[in-house]
Amino acid sequence: MGERVGLEVSLAVSEAVKLARAEAVAAYPITPQTHIVEELAQMVADGDLDAEFVMVESEHSAMSACCGTSAVGARTFTATASQGLALMHEVLFIASGLRLPIVMAVANRALSAPLSIWGDQSDVMAERDCGWIQIFVETGQEAFDQTVCAFRIAEDPRVLTPMIVNIDGFTLSHVVEPLELESQEAIDGFLPPFSAQVVLDPDRPVTIGPVGFPELYTEIKKQQNEALLASHQVIVEVWKEWADSFGREYRPVESYRAEDAEVLINLAGAVAGTARVAVDEMREEGRKVGLVRTRLWRPYPFADMREAVGSAKAVAVVDRALSFGGPGGPMASELRGALYPLASPPVVAGFVAGLGGRDITVGDFRAMVDETEKIVSEGYTHEYRMHGVRE
Amino acid sequence: MADGPTWKEYPMAATISEPGSATGQNTGDWRSERPVRNPEKCDKCGICWIYCPDAALFMDEEGFYEVDLYHCKGCGICARECGKDAIEMIEEGE
Repeated sequence: MGERVGLEVSLAVSEAVKLARAEAVAAYPITPQTHIVEELAQMVADGDLDAEFVMVESEHSAMSACCGTSAVGARTFTATASQGLALMHEVLFIASGLRLPIVMAVANRALSAPLSIWGDQSDVMAERDCGWIQIFVETGQEAFDQTVCAFRIAEDPRVLTPMIVNIDGFTLSHVVEPLELESQEAIDGFLPPFSAQVVLDPDRPVTIGPVGFPELYTEIKKQQNEALLASHQVIVEVWKEWADSFGREYRPVESYRAEDAEVLINLAGAVAGTARVAVDEMREEGRKVGLVRTRLWRPYPFADMREAVGSAKAVAVVDRALSFGGPGGPMASELRGALYPLASPPVVAGFVAGLGGRDITVGDFRAMVDETEKIVSEGYTHEYRMHGVRE
Repeated sequence: MADGPTWKEYPMAATISEPGSATGQNTGDWRSERPVRNPEKCDKCGICWIYCPDAALFMDEEGFYEVDLYHCKGCGICARECGKDAIEMIEEGE
């Protein structure tokens, strides 16, 4: 049984990193992620965490330094958001291509321009294809638990792939929540030290990241993708073991009152709490509405999602990111893709909402479910809607 | 499709665990010009050897610097740096 505390979620992530005995942290502060690495810097300065804290001049350097520390075999953590994540872009692909199991928290925030420090998920959606395992969490407890689990998953010899834990900026990162902090002893029992497969060591020289001529590049990318796909099984195993040890269960997709639902809401992140209230309200009125929350985003949980959607008539997908000129938000597009092979796939109604810190209220969810029912009866009239935009 | 190892057979992330393995690879096969030394002008100073970015020059028994055409990429730095103008770049195929 852990210690029950009230803690800002950012600081709970820092506690998780400390309990995971991270050996290297390289980061550059950016809102709304700053509290995570600020706290880690304090822990290192106070001698509470025996890690190398690398201060860098940019996020590009932060991720580059993380590649270095991970390559010499150190358990490595960083955190960023928005423009910082965008600045890391090219190095994210190098980290995954080199199979370095770095763990990163992203406190999701909108991208400029216009400049916005507020939350949405545009930042990480722009990094969708960077080859990292990616999950979205809903609560402070989940942020703590998943940060510890991320090291186990990423460092598993069958996986060796970096992992992003997405935490909604402000609405999650900056709120104080009651949560259970597990003991150092318990975490040590769950998470063994990182044992790197290939280590940069002057006494045993190797070349990592050599030129990949056309004869082998395709095979190496296939190898990387296979590891990412295979991580699904490892993720489920690790979460099962976490549940056995600590009693909190996690699945790639979380369903709420979804079994007999005709209309499902699909989304990711902290706004799921509001969606559940909306589902409860509509259920009380006799409407068959449920919620399917995406936790695991990469690798995409095809089978879990098809099972969760079941025989629903329609899914209202609420994306907190806009794919300019595309078929809708990324989650809606991918759900359509995942359901397309079914004999009679449900209607997938795409909504883009909650951009740049705009609230998504219970009323908004009700309106989006209404709109989805209209599409079911009248057919598609548009690819997706920007919900709540003033016309 | 080209013959070669399958994706399962390559080391993870194409890591090379044998140091200096390029010595066994013909890395100079795309060269378009090759350096040719004029022994009458060369005074064996070794500037070409110092500047060669590919360590593709080696000293022969008489102390002259010879080109390892297996690894020389024809960049021409040796010819440019030679103080005696003793190295000429000749187009491959001539």
